[in-house]
Amino acid sequence: MSEHTNTGHKEHILPLSLYLGIGSMLLVLTAVTVWVSFFDFGEFNLVVAMIIAASKASLVALFFMHLKYDNKLYAIIFVSSLLFLAVFIIITMFDTLRRDDVYIEKSGPIQKQSLMYDSLKTHSDSTTVVDSLQVKEDTTTVDLNK
Amino acid sequence: MNKIPETHYLNAKKGIWSWLTTVDHKRIGILYLFSVMFFFFVGGMFALMLRLELLTPTEMYIDSDTYNQMFTLHGAIMIFLFIIPAIPAILGNFVLPIMIGAKDVAFPRLNLLSWYIYIVGALFAVFSLVSGGADTGWTFYTPYSTTTSTAVISIVLGAFILGFSSIFTGLNFIVTVHKLRSPGMTWFKMPLFVWGMYATALIQVLATPVLGITLVLLIIERLIGIGIFDPAMGGDPVLFQHFFWFYSHPAVYIMILPGMAIISELITAHSHKKIFGYKAVAYSSLGIAFASFIVWGHHMFTSGQSELAAMIFSFLTFFVAIPSGVKVFNWVATLYKSSISFSTPMLYTLSFLFLFSIGGLTGIFLGALPVDIHLHDTYFIVAHFHYVMVGGTVIAFLGGLHHWWPKMWGRMYNETLGKISCLLIFVGFNMTFFTQFIMGSQGMPRRYHLYVDAYRPFHAFSTYGSWVMAAGFFLMAYYLIHSLFKGKPAGNNPWGALTHEWSITSPPPEHNFEEIPITEHGPYDYDKIVAKSTLVEN
Amino acid sequence: MSHSQEGHPKFLQHHFSDVEQQRESAKLGMWVFLVTEILLFGGLFVFYAIYRAWYPDMFHNAHLALDVAMGTTNTIVLITSSVTIALGIRSIQLDRQKDTIWYLFATLLLAGTFMVIKYFEYMHKIHLGQLPGEWYHFDGIEGNNPHVFFSAYFLMTGLHGIHVLIGMGLITWLIFRTKAGHFSSKYYTHIEMTGLYWHLVDLIWIFLFPLFYLIG
Repeated sequence: MSEHTNTGHKEHILPLSLYLGIGSMLLVLTAVTVWVSFFDFGEFNLVVAMIIAASKASLVALFFMHLKYDNKLYAIIFVSSLLFLAVFIIITMFDTLRRDDVYIEKSGPIQKQSLMYDSLKTHSDSTTVVDSLQVKEDTTTVDLNK
Repeated sequence: MNKIPETHYLNAKKGIWSWLTTVDHKRIGILYLFSVMFFFFVGGMFALMLRLELLTPTEMYIDSDTYNQMFTLHGAIMIFLFIIPAIPAILGNFVLPIMIGAKDVAFPRLNLLSWYIYIVGALFAVFSLVSGGADTGWTFYTPYSTTTSTAVISIVLGAFILGFSSIFTGLNFIVTVHKLRSPGMTWFKMPLFVWGMYATALIQVLATPVLGITLVLLIIERLIGIGIFDPAMGGDPVLFQHFFWFYSHPAVYIMILPGMAIISELITAHSHKKIFGYKAVAYSSLGIAFASFIVWGHHMFTSGQSELAAMIFSFLTFFVAIPSGVKVFNWVATLYKSSISFSTPMLYTLSFLFLFSIGGLTGIFLGALPVDIHLHDTYFIVAHFHYVMVGGTVIAFLGGLHHWWPKMWGRMYNETLGKISCLLIFVGFNMTFFTQFIMGSQGMPRRYHLYVDAYRPFHAFSTYGSWVMAAGFFLMAYYLIHSLFKGKPAGNNPWGALTHEWSITSPPPEHNFEEIPITEHGPYDYDKIVAKSTLVEN
Repeated sequence: MSHSQEGHPKFLQHHFSDVEQQRESAKLGMWVFLVTEILLFGGLFVFYAIYRAWYPDMFHNAHLALDVAMGTTNTIVLITSSVTIALGIRSIQLDRQKDTIWYLFATLLLAGTFMVIKYFEYMHKIHLGQLPGEWYHFDGIEGNNPHVFFSAYFLMTGLHGIHVLIGMGLITWLIFRTKAGHFSSKYYTHIEMTGLYWHLVDLIWIFLFPLFYLIG
């Protein structure tokens, strides 16, 4: 393959109007997202905001980042990173949002009233290792080296 | 009689400066070899000192604080400085480009940069070591890691920096495998080592950034107290564990997948038989890589996560066993009716099969939620992950090191000593760690400095085992170093293997190939082609 | 792929067989790097999601402390800079080096504007004590632990800001190299890669903006 033909990337030269068009669409969507934020859709506020953000992001990725025209491998790579991020968020939320399934007092973040935490605080300067930090709501598992 | 070629990558350029500025993937592999083995030695010394201290139930020669710092450093050094870079950065760098018929990795300068980053990260770890050490365990769990007075920041910063080194290696391999395969090297003609490294690289680039941000959060929390992991300020320490294990569980597969990759290579080359189920082994690497991302919570069954999450994680954990099982069965099936030569690499391969099976199966016990509640944080865990990490990865690494040693240096090591050392390591390893399964199931908690008298015989036996293992390692160091100067020339292809690296001289020429090779046969077509071993009998 | 020996361009590295292979490798490498960036930020997005789910009312109350006008301005500035850098790449594809330099310069200027606005926002918050963690000393926000919101705000916009600064450094470097005549339609990998990076920085802001400034 001679380096003078450059057939591979001639096709990426998009018309000026496309860039300007996409740019103005992004600005319009920005205006829309600010505008809709003044309305209250209840639980759907976040959904609406995220849909608009996702469309803006798709425009940037598809046209400015050339995903629409380039090797599909790049698009696969890009989307899979979002997929892994989604896995991270969703599975973590199976924990954080469902802590109170069995014991209601376990809901939300670990409470500062946890006995374990208090005793740890007071021992923090004596550099004793607590055998893994098991924070339980009713017991103190600090078993210092006897 | 074999001869060492006149010029090769080792003597093509001379002087220390030519090594420090090299962009040759083989030389970078050698740079990594020496630096990583140095830290293996340091981490191993910590292990021996810990085992010696545990010989008796009472304090023997180090106090509890020192003990805590020592096991932290043992863990952190072995994980971040030895086992994660070991196979990809040493053997992967050295053979992966040659295997796919490339002249170098895609980004040679990035490759060198990754070594320098490794060294900088290592310096931070060393700094932590000399400035009093950290005592949090290698997991840096909050809230202890944000409240202890020891040198947590420097070691965490070290781990953060080392992450970049790992990312760059992974990124390089992904691009190399995609773009630099020689003509005819289709995806399914790639050696399985390349498949394994590819799967590893995927995990490295997907998981390591999360470790990066986690450690940054930890440092910020510790430095300026933003309280996101602090319950007193509405934060949640368990969240740290989620963040940490979202990286660190896949990281476990960053450690074991390269080991599996090596075994696939060794088992065919030393039994001269086509791999059984090539595609199954290749896909199972990707399967393991994917599954590794959805099971992290099994490290947190007793941490206070929701019961639902614990059940989901326990359920998902069992899926990891499937691709791992696929691999083990295929390896064993490869051995069936093959002509096994009991060379040192093969002995390591067989050791791997035995030890990894134990390590993997005990992992299934631990993945089962109710069993884990009992076994959590006992020596059973310690034994399990040493069986996988040492019995799996380190044994595979040593096997690979012996397999490619003649290619790296052009010289053979002493096979008899190699076998003796392998045997010592195998026996010593089992003495050390099988004992810990028993101890752990009886309730001996991990990370304890002092223990009740009942465990004394187990601990003592375990310590004796560590000495046997150490003897094996020192013997190995002796004959490997000896072979550099006095070893017999190995010839191009001492094992009679079929992958590309054995078709060029040992040591390889500076740019690997005069002409980019054209791949005509599969990597394991031992049924069609017989490659004669160039090894001269001693 | 034939091994073209005739007329190796000087930017072709020895281990690639042709320019196309080198270019594709660089691009793939860049995309893989962008993945690591996404997951780096991803950690913070997870952190945000979890705390927002735990403290929905506090997040709503705290977000009122942010200035929507400034946020919107910054969004517009950053989107415009994305357009200019994309046009810069287009110019170099057409061998219009002069235009490229101007577009890159405009991008740099817009990035600078973004940082200046960010600076005023930060100074205002620091002044009021709307700060992360134990530095928080503002009492106009109802709800539990409002400092958590500002932890998320400063961490995420801070990391984003660092990326903008790095991008500004890269663009400055590109301006000098383009001036020196290093790039042409045959070889502009560095500009293309920086462009991808810059678009990602823009992309992340596109999500940060509604998540912080426009909580309904």
